[in-house]
Amino acid sequence: MPTSAASVDTVKRAGQTPDERMPFAELGMKQDEYDRVVAILGRRPTGSELAIYSVMWSEHCSYKSSKVHLRQFGTKAPKSEALLVGMGENAGVVDIGDGWAATFKIESHNHPSYVEPHQGAATGVGGIVRDIMSMGARPVAVMDSLRFGGLDQGDTRRVLPGVVEGISHYGNCLGLPNIGGEVVFDPCYIGNPLVNALCVGLLRKDQIKLATAPGPGNKVILFGARTGADGIGGASVLASATFEDESQAKRPAVQVGDPFMEKLLIECCLELYQADVVVGIQDLGAAGVSCATTELAAKGTGGMTVDLNLVPLRDPTLRPEEILMSESQERMMAVVTPGDIDAFLAICEKWDVPATVIGEVTDTGRLVMTWDGEVIVDIPPGTAADEGPVYERPFHEPLGQHDLNLDTPDSLERPSDLRTTLLQLIASANLSSREWVTSQYDRYVRGNTVLAQPADAGLLRVSEVMPGAEETTRGIALATDGNGRYAKLDPYAGAQLALSEAYRNVAVTGATPLAVTNCLNFGSPEDPEVMWQFAEAVRGLADACKTLGVPVTGGNVSFYNQTGSAAINPTPVVGVLGVIDDVAKRVRSGFPEAGLRVVLLGATYDEFGGSEWAHVAHGHLGGLPPRVNLEAERDLAAVLAEASKQGLLEGSHDLSDGGLAIALAEACLAQGVGVTVSLPGDDAFVDLFSESAARALVCLKPEHFEALTDLCARLDVPCYGLGETGGDSLVVEGVLEATVAELRMSHEATLPGVFG
Amino acid sequence: MRVGVVTFPGTLDDQDAARALRLAGAEAVPLWHADHDLKGVDAVFLPGGFSYGDYLRCGAISRFAPLMTELVPAAQAGLPVLGTCNGFQILCEAHLLPGALVRNAGLHYVCRDQRVRVDNASTAWTTDFTQGQEITLPVKHGEGRYVADAETLAELEASGRVVFRYAGSNPNGSLNDIAGITNEAGNVVGLMPHPEHAVEELTGAPGVDGRGFFSSIVRKLVNA
Repeated sequence: MPTSAASVDTVKRAGQTPDERMPFAELGMKQDEYDRVVAILGRRPTGSELAIYSVMWSEHCSYKSSKVHLRQFGTKAPKSEALLVGMGENAGVVDIGDGWAATFKIESHNHPSYVEPHQGAATGVGGIVRDIMSMGARPVAVMDSLRFGGLDQGDTRRVLPGVVEGISHYGNCLGLPNIGGEVVFDPCYIGNPLVNALCVGLLRKDQIKLATAPGPGNKVILFGARTGADGIGGASVLASATFEDESQAKRPAVQVGDPFMEKLLIECCLELYQADVVVGIQDLGAAGVSCATTELAAKGTGGMTVDLNLVPLRDPTLRPEEILMSESQERMMAVVTPGDIDAFLAICEKWDVPATVIGEVTDTGRLVMTWDGEVIVDIPPGTAADEGPVYERPFHEPLGQHDLNLDTPDSLERPSDLRTTLLQLIASANLSSREWVTSQYDRYVRGNTVLAQPADAGLLRVSEVMPGAEETTRGIALATDGNGRYAKLDPYAGAQLALSEAYRNVAVTGATPLAVTNCLNFGSPEDPEVMWQFAEAVRGLADACKTLGVPVTGGNVSFYNQTGSAAINPTPVVGVLGVIDDVAKRVRSGFPEAGLRVVLLGATYDEFGGSEWAHVAHGHLGGLPPRVNLEAERDLAAVLAEASKQGLLEGSHDLSDGGLAIALAEACLAQGVGVTVSLPGDDAFVDLFSESAARALVCLKPEHFEALTDLCARLDVPCYGLGETGGDSLVVEGVLEATVAELRMSHEATLPGVFG
Repeated sequence: MRVGVVTFPGTLDDQDAARALRLAGAEAVPLWHADHDLKGVDAVFLPGGFSYGDYLRCGAISRFAPLMTELVPAAQAGLPVLGTCNGFQILCEAHLLPGALVRNAGLHYVCRDQRVRVDNASTAWTTDFTQGQEITLPVKHGEGRYVADAETLAELEASGRVVFRYAGSNPNGSLNDIAGITNEAGNVVGLMPHPEHAVEELTGAPGVDGRGFFSSIVRKLVNA
């Protein structure tokens, strides 16, 4: 690629020098992929064209290894009248009633967050928020699903504080409440932390915007931050490569965020939508201008001209190839009719957002870019945006999988002193209080937060989101869950259990689950054993979504989460969005007061494979995860929704990691209210610590007990009266007793003990 | 009763501020930072956020906004003004209130429900509280540690101008546990906690202790 400022590789020059060697391999492109570009163009690509194809055909942008599997989310999708926009757009959109729609998506920023935790995590939030904005919505909340190496491993003390600070600074500056998520520790993530950021937005149903550039003569406007050298090659170099020992050298490839500019962009976009001056819009994320121009053009009339000299630069020395690959943050691209240009630019000026017309929509079917008057790009945009390579990667069950499944937890020594086990678990890395993290996030801003962490799900009021819009009583609930240990034991079941838990977490608030987003974090797709985990997880998730009637609306795949040959546990993270008709009828988390009946819903089995107890007490991972029971999940959710609607419940909490014992302890800790229970089964250890799915804890006034048991009988959901709230201790009769104060002390000391 | 709510670039809690005022029966009037226009309002609320991205120093750029050149003399002439969080920082930068707000002692942003004691129930914004009353309001800030020189502190204490003090634990290392202060006339009040996030049972912090701020100003304006 020519590098002197004077000469730029033009289409004309490419025709004259057909044999010039192009650095496709350095840009992460394989020989056969390069050959296909040459075949498409009928000549060698220019440097700028190569830049476009290399980023658009990277794993990160093209989903080339995952596409053949992800199709199941479409082919197996349950019929859903709620689905307004499905996969393939910036984010899915679902109908939540009364003319309102919600759009939500989760996305990974794993690799950048390892290299530079603060900026990596911050720009992860920024990117997903722009996806939501580009659908025409006001972003209304964020959540983060985070995974780090072991709590006792040194690098966790570098990565976690940086990631949390990055999310905190960026999200708080944007004025978006952070309403939930996860923080998980496991040594398998030590060189590959997972930072999955979710954003949800609300819009009126008739306000949906799409990434499309129709109408020849319409103008293409680039607005937001100016383009700099950040993240150049980020998409293909960072997101598609495995870390070996070169992380230091890759540092400049991480993008740097400016949340202030993003906040201005949010308000600016909403005013542009209000003024109805946007024909199509796309955010600039991975692959920057390359991605935005090719995708907009491919989905529109089909052609576009762009004068790259007009792109406003922060670094005037940038070459056209670099401008095309730059991942500078806080940028958007809009298609605007000529008559609306003045109004568009005036709104941008009001918000101090730089905006520049850089091109025009055409009907030529070609994306043509010029630099200093010479044509440097002339390609059919769809070949870059939609017709990337598709790989049917080989896969097979890992060699050790059978032995792993045979190594059941049945032989592990079970404790006799269950009080000690409870105190040990409640203080463990994964079950201890997350407050050290979550207190750094603003959960109140915008004033619509009904529930936030440590509640099972975040819950937002929909009304008052947009001044002047129609009133509604509705609320939306959101939860994310994943369990890499379950998925390691059985990726098919593990993905289904992640969905089951997120679905259940939404249900315990009283909301009805409606739609799904997912972030699939795996090792290298070039390893057939990893590819098997991926294929199984996708198959499991697609099947479960079908059974539960909740369609996948979008998501993200993150491969290459491995250091050397050691891949992370397969970690499908699932986000579920639900709707509650009357948000005032939401069920609070935990025990709100004394004198309430406490009831366990769902059946308990002896299930400890992949459990928190096996992990903490024995460092054991083997056997099979808890049995998936989707019908039971659906029935449980129906009971919870109906009970909330009838106003039967005063509090609720889902049962998951650590089982009933942890659920009881957390319910006590919520408001400092104790409880006395007796166990339904004859094995106290199984009753207290098994992680069987499809279970929840509820509390209610004694006069509502019969109505609840009737409801459970009708829907065939097992239901056991456990006891009553009150006092200042958690008492399991004949088994254990712990004061709420000592539970709190154990629960809250762990993370501050490590992070200060 | 028309109460202005100021929006700077990067203001975040303006919607919450307007809602809290409406719930108290006041009309919330949007005021834009770039306008030399207070729109004839009877009082002004400077809400929280990260105006101008907190660049340079929190509130340091906002104090030069065109709107502030109107607000400062009006406040000096007695217009009731409430600044929360970034609003408090702006009031200090504009010298309507003494002292400054610096990085939290713990170096982290802190969002939590905080016990706060009302030490002065006679300002324009606190008459519906009682002296010594303890209320719960959320705090959410990274730069909320109140500092001032010894002489200023002594003067604030002696003249009863410390309006709010953190009760229980101090979230940010503020001198004398100061959470909020007022000017000599008692019409300008700044505090780090957020009353606008504690006005509804359904949303925000537990309880509705923030309502007293808005009922106080509405009562004052009705009686004026």
